[in-house]
Amino acid sequence: MIFKTLLSQALSRPATNKFPAKYMPRSILGFLAKVQEGKARIHPPVPVPPKFRGKLAYDREKCIGCQLCIRVCPAKVIEFLPEVKKIRIHVARCTFCAQCVDACPTNALSATPEFLLADTDRNSPNLIVE
Amino acid sequence: MKEKRAQDPNDPVLPAVEERELVYGGLEAGLGEVFEVPIGPIHPALKEPIRLTFKVRGERIVGVQVRTGFAHRGIEFMGMRQGRNLIQILYLSERICGICSISHPIAFTQAVERAAGIEVPPRAQYIRVIISELERIHSHLLWAGVAAHELGFDTLLHLTWRVREKVLDILEELTGNRINYAIPIFGGVRRDITPDQYPKVREALRYYRGLLNELLDAFLRDPTVEARTRGVGILEPKEAEELCAVGPTARASGLRKDVRQDRPYLAYPDFEVKAITPEDYGLTPMGDVYDKIVVRLLEVGQSIEIIEKALDNMPDGEITSFPKIPALLAHLKKAEGEGLGWHEAPRGEVIHYVRLVSGEESPLVWKVKAPTYSNLMSWYPMFEDQEVADIPIIAACIDPCICCMDRVYLVRDGKEEILTKEELLRLSWEKTRRMAR
Ligand code: SF4
Ligand code: SF4
Repeated sequence: MIFKTLLSQALSRPATNKFPAKYMPRSILGFLAKVQEGKARIHPPVPVPPKFRGKLAYDREKCIGCQLCIRVCPAKVIEFLPEVKKIRIHVARCTFCAQCVDACPTNALSATPEFLLADTDRNSPNLIVE
Repeated sequence: MKEKRAQDPNDPVLPAVEERELVYGGLEAGLGEVFEVPIGPIHPALKEPIRLTFKVRGERIVGVQVRTGFAHRGIEFMGMRQGRNLIQILYLSERICGICSISHPIAFTQAVERAAGIEVPPRAQYIRVIISELERIHSHLLWAGVAAHELGFDTLLHLTWRVREKVLDILEELTGNRINYAIPIFGGVRRDITPDQYPKVREALRYYRGLLNELLDAFLRDPTVEARTRGVGILEPKEAEELCAVGPTARASGLRKDVRQDRPYLAYPDFEVKAITPEDYGLTPMGDVYDKIVVRLLEVGQSIEIIEKALDNMPDGEITSFPKIPALLAHLKKAEGEGLGWHEAPRGEVIHYVRLVSGEESPLVWKVKAPTYSNLMSWYPMFEDQEVADIPIIAACIDPCICCMDRVYLVRDGKEEILTKEELLRLSWEKTRRMAR
């Protein structure tokens, strides 16, 4: 069994891309541009299942400022903005348990399939949801 | 196959050592002399920090000292004293272990449910069982890969870990994450298994069923694996019993010990789980590393059967008795009492104890006992009279999870403290007073 598997793997290409793409050297960015033009090809990301718990999405209009999400969040990710009675989510600390999503009475929060969140700054706009 | 401890205990020089020292050229000056070899707390052969100090004579281990406490994180303190409510602590308990990430929540939710008198609907119990058995498959395959790696058989490592991907995909499909499933909540589970997911789970089970024989072949009928694991790290049944070994470590020594069998909980009474020992594979249990591989691989098959049965007999109905979070929080705040929760984690029995006081959101006491804590002592007889080269596989064979196990370690004013009997008594009294409040 082992020998058969080894042989078949010796002949196949690796299934992975370099990660994360946005911090690659310049020449590779050029390569990625080519990918966008359709001149080169990379492996597409593996699709995530529908129940996947990724980066949170926040619907500011629906939020009534009840702070229930803040009460259940285990990582103390969510900050309350008292002047406007809305919240701010610091995704860098989030553990993606989606308990806040379950708790929210107005469905203002939801988990998106987005998981490519690597960054060098924990306060980068990409990681703050409000 | 070598006999364990065959020498006369009064004779300080083991005949086998002299033999070996001839083979390796010998340490002329050190013939029969005992050296200390410290390994850890940080060491390339260890995946987690722990310190093992071996006394060796030549190539033989004559004694071992285990020191723990390097991965203590104070999780219970975070739960008890930092103003977290029980829902927040649930996710903390999930992070006690990265691999048993449903075992701890299952034990914790049961403890809280008993303390607060919360019923769990049957469908939720089935879902908890299914997820925890899927976790067992993933954990045992992970361990099998690690064991192969410790033996230097990396091809087998990659093979096992490749087939493990499938169960992780199924867990992701069912729960939304590959690790840290976040499925149990007090009074039920958070996600249902929908009808369109049944075929996917069944397909994965078929895949593993077909693969199991190949895995058994690759591990158990491989002469290299057999030569490196037969007769290595023996834990005799009597020792296993006396040292309170749990899980596959105890079962490999022939003890029919399994919490799912001895104290069935959740939906487990429906499946009549029987503890698996090497006898089920037609072997006489020796308690060596080989037997531990046998038990863990057979348990993968057992888990497949349990999940199949659970999928066939899944009851309908609610998945939680508290669909609204504010109602749950209010009920938990009112609750008063104590509860014990247990679960057969892939590594053995895990126990959570909580004591709730009415009007408080955090529990007054939260105590965790992880399986590695019970299994640690079995290292002592296992290491005795073994070769230095067998240290990694023997250390790995109880499937240690150091960060789960490191529960209590006292550092006060920046220095370690050894408590005297009086101080311990005082602490104990204080605790009684606190709990009698
Ligand atoms: S997903 Fe979990 S950790 Fe993240 S914000 Fe929501 S409750 Fe907090
Ligand atoms: S639980 Fe929902 S409505 Fe309440 S503060 Fe959070 S996001 Fe807003």
